Amino acid sequence: MGKLDGQVALISGGARGQGEAQARLFAREGAAVALGDVLEDDGQRVAESITDTGGQAMFQRLDVTESSSWWSIVERTVAQFGRLDILINNAGIARLKMIEDSTLEDYLEVIRINQVGVWLGMQAAIPALKETGGGCMINTSSIAGLQGYAGLSAYVSSKFAVRGLTKVAAQELGQYNIRVNSVHPGPIDTPMIRDPEVAIREPGDTSYDAPIPRMGHVDEVAEMMLFIVADATYSTGSEFVIDGGLTAGSMIARADD
Amino acid sequence: MGKLDGQVALISGAARGQGEAQARLFAREGAAVAIGDVLEAEGQRVSESIVDSGGQSMFCRLDVTEQSDWTEIVDETVKQFGVLNILINNAGILRVGQIETSTLEEYLEVIDINQVGVWLGIRAAIAPMREAGGGCIINTSSTAGYEGYPGLGGYVSSKFAVRGLSKVAALELARYNIRVNSVHPGPIDTPMVRDPRIGGRVDGPIPVDGPIGRAGRPEEVAKMMLFIAADATYSTGAEFQIDGGQMSGRGIPVSD
Repeated sequence: MGKLDGQVALISGGARGQGEAQARLFAREGAAVALGDVLEDDGQRVAESITDTGGQAMFQRLDVTESSSWWSIVERTVAQFGRLDILINNAGIARLKMIEDSTLEDYLEVIRINQVGVWLGMQAAIPALKETGGGCMINTSSIAGLQGYAGLSAYVSSKFAVRGLTKVAAQELGQYNIRVNSVHPGPIDTPMIRDPEVAIREPGDTSYDAPIPRMGHVDEVAEMMLFIVADATYSTGSEFVIDGGLTAGSMIARADD
Repeated sequence: MGKLDGQVALISGAARGQGEAQARLFAREGAAVAIGDVLEAEGQRVSESIVDSGGQSMFCRLDVTEQSDWTEIVDETVKQFGVLNILINNAGILRVGQIETSTLEEYLEVIDINQVGVWLGIRAAIAPMREAGGGCIINTSSTAGYEGYPGLGGYVSSKFAVRGLSKVAALELARYNIRVNSVHPGPIDTPMVRDPRIGGRVDGPIPVDGPIGRAGRPEEVAKMMLFIAADATYSTGAEFQIDGGQMSGRGIPVSD
């Protein structure tokens, strides 16, 4: 008996990283999973490996900045699995550049994917979730939706925007029995954070200067997503932080024993 | 296989309401549960009913404002169950009174229980958790830890304080592998909310506005506590909201 038996989930950015881990966990818990990503080979491989291990999954190319791409994957998901219950807006990118050195195009590239992509995803999923009689959307913000980071003007803007947008959607969609929450990961060990453009680190180095002194694991984020979908039945418009304590405050005084 | 097999949890205010639901769920998930409360008959009954249904539980009188009570229940818990892994600071009270017409004693009664009681509980649990190699502390704040409500000066002060205190404890105790988080329930259907002394509705559904237009159930809060204790292994100093969308903003009427 899985926690998501009979449910259908659509996950953007499901080809690798956090989205892949969510897809695999949700499938193990009995959900049929639709994976959308621009990385077609990787996405296809994840879907096939889920199917090979007895799960239900399908992949379709999804560019989250294209409205038609969203409507198409929602339509195919419903055609193939019969319904839609869960949307996880997980796709996102990070680009490191100071405001002073950025072009407007640099800024808008991130906004289009991380922010407008979430708006489009929710819009496309609403009719299907209403048809189901309710559902759950989870938008991936970040601790960059809680505080600023130099060099990440677009990323921080987009993640704050997603945090606010989530609350508006919660207000608008409560009447349809649709819950909408945001998740705020800190440093999670994914290809995005290991991108040499963002931070140089040795393979295998998972340490991080946080109260919990390591990077988070993608499976830990997936467990949080599962909790929100399956058990957080009285939470909507809420923010779920998973950051090893990074945003809890600063170690200004640390008296030793 | 329970999610908390072999673990030991101490829950304050577990004689009824949210704490009782947490005790029952944690016991079903395999934890041994120590129940602390000033309501002795009710606490004893919850503990016995857990044991009767095959769980492990004990009750010990706990006035959360008394340091010696905390020492006693922690000692008793470790003596009986061998270890302490989880503390839920759940005990709390709510009193209505405008600042203008309240006495200092009325204000301090709430602060003592809801705020100082949490500080004392955290402090008492540190030593056995260090001994256990780590642990998880969950402090019950409220949506009143985010916004003010007229007539609830003591309650709102205490719940804001618990929200901040949780973060300090998270920072101080991370090196011992102890996670500390706060939970922020909105209207939950409990004896506290239904108390006629605060204008609570004794019978029928509790009227609630907002995206999820009903009061939450203690079992829903208990599931959140279970998630934090068992699965939220990379969250500390974090705030978990369970409020039916109350804090998501104002529902301005918009034409369809």
